[in-house]
Amino acid sequence: MNIIFLIDSFLVSFIAKCTIVVTIFGISLGMAAYATYGERKVAAWMQDRRGPNRAGPWGLLQPIADGGKMFFKEDFIPQASEKFLFIMAPGIAMLTALMTSAVIPWGSDILVLGQTIPLQVANVDGGILYILGIVSIGVYGIMIGGWASNNKYSLMGAIRASSQMISYELAMGLSVLAIIMMSGSLNLRDIVHGQEGSLYGLSFLPAGTNWNIFYQPLGFLIFLVCAFAETNRAPFDLPECETELVGGYHTEYSSMKLGFFLFAEYVNMFVSSTVLATVYFGGFSFPGMNMLADNPNLLAAVGFAVLFIKIIFFIFLYMWVRWTIPRFRYDQLMHLGWKSLIPLAIINLVLTGAVMVLKHSITGQW
Amino acid sequence: MQALTNRSKVVSNKQMSLMERIYLPAILKGMSITFMHMFRKRATINYPDQTRPIAPVYRGKHVLKRDDKGAERCTACGLCAVACPAEAITMVAAERQKGEEHLYREEKYAAVYEINMLRCIYCGLCEEACPKEAIFLTDIPTPTYTHRKDYIYGKDMLVEKMDHRYDTSKRQNHLVEKA
Repeated sequence: MNIIFLIDSFLVSFIAKCTIVVTIFGISLGMAAYATYGERKVAAWMQDRRGPNRAGPWGLLQPIADGGKMFFKEDFIPQASEKFLFIMAPGIAMLTALMTSAVIPWGSDILVLGQTIPLQVANVDGGILYILGIVSIGVYGIMIGGWASNNKYSLMGAIRASSQMISYELAMGLSVLAIIMMSGSLNLRDIVHGQEGSLYGLSFLPAGTNWNIFYQPLGFLIFLVCAFAETNRAPFDLPECETELVGGYHTEYSSMKLGFFLFAEYVNMFVSSTVLATVYFGGFSFPGMNMLADNPNLLAAVGFAVLFIKIIFFIFLYMWVRWTIPRFRYDQLMHLGWKSLIPLAIINLVLTGAVMVLKHSITGQW
Repeated sequence: MQALTNRSKVVSNKQMSLMERIYLPAILKGMSITFMHMFRKRATINYPDQTRPIAPVYRGKHVLKRDDKGAERCTACGLCAVACPAEAITMVAAERQKGEEHLYREEKYAAVYEINMLRCIYCGLCEEACPKEAIFLTDIPTPTYTHRKDYIYGKDMLVEKMDHRYDTSKRQNHLVEKA
């Protein structure tokens, strides 16, 4: 092979990958910033009032004002706290929140300068496992934040948060396991490709409707509830509620460290919505996608836009549920996680396995 | 035994039905209610572009009135300062000189008259205490400032301008003469 061609193709794909990384990073932060704006607007509309509408047209510059406010506050480290851990904790929270967006397929392949480039930062074979692992590490950010504050309320909040997060990870993994059984692979791109056919194989339905939610409604419900619990969002926001724990694990933080904790929560929300959309709602596949098969760039662009519409719907769902339901008491939360969701997820898994074996015995294919 | 009050409620210890224990039907019902609220009319008004109607004797900023000939009515007697529950009013009195008869009504006048609008509670007791019908509260709300010193109103902010008289007839005592 021509060495110049090799270097040239390497260079194109390298630059493309770097562009994708920077774009995804920017999109995550931008979406999280405007999710704060969206949260305030949606909360206001549901409460018969307007949201912020003073900063810029329709209040669109409000997140920038909030960010600026966070920077201008006094950055305070309590004297009796563990200084190194105190500074590291928001960093860990933000790091794990942003790292999960690396394995998500944002769109199908695009054609650039004669090369097909998948719109994904890292197409690892253990995509879902990577995401579950990173979410588990995310618990550390909160635990360390609570411990390093040297404050009994923060510690209580951190303990509650960590026990809540590890309890709901089990049910989350079990519900995703059923999807993995059906798709035959942990790779997120394979899971999305499996949703590109027509629903149940019926020929009168267009391509791109074979979404996993029609096969796993119970699994979707369990995963949704666990996603609410993992991101510490209402009704599972006991770790950070103001009425019970002052501020929970972020009581002692100020300025940008607090900004990082709050921002990491919104980035987590964004990434959970993305994972929900990818695994259950078809990711970047949309009805009628085979009509655009001859124009890969347009297909990728429309797929990306459709994925974003799904993500925005899920973020709206997060906010809708937050402003509707009162929060769970701690023992009710633990009861739900261990004694309701795990048995349900196991039943879902057994049912999925039984149906798959039945299908294999009838049709001879998995 | 009879209940001691007629407001007692019977507490029910019934177990939750299956539909209640799933939580989901109740959650969905609640979510539909919040969703419906998004499409209703908002209760907020865009202040300061829109304001709500106020009473005719609304107590806002203070004004030191002049009489019909243009002389200041305030004689620095200090009754408003004594009446003020928040101790917001301070004044320094001075004697009227030969050539100043058209400026001040009586021989004593207020050379320095200050109201600290941050201390003021807009109760109107100074208006009731004044024997010369000099100080009144208008229906203009105090604007916001960013520095504390801007809130201390001196005579330049309080005495009404000659060409811009405030109508305080609704607040004025009916026995006082017009002059």
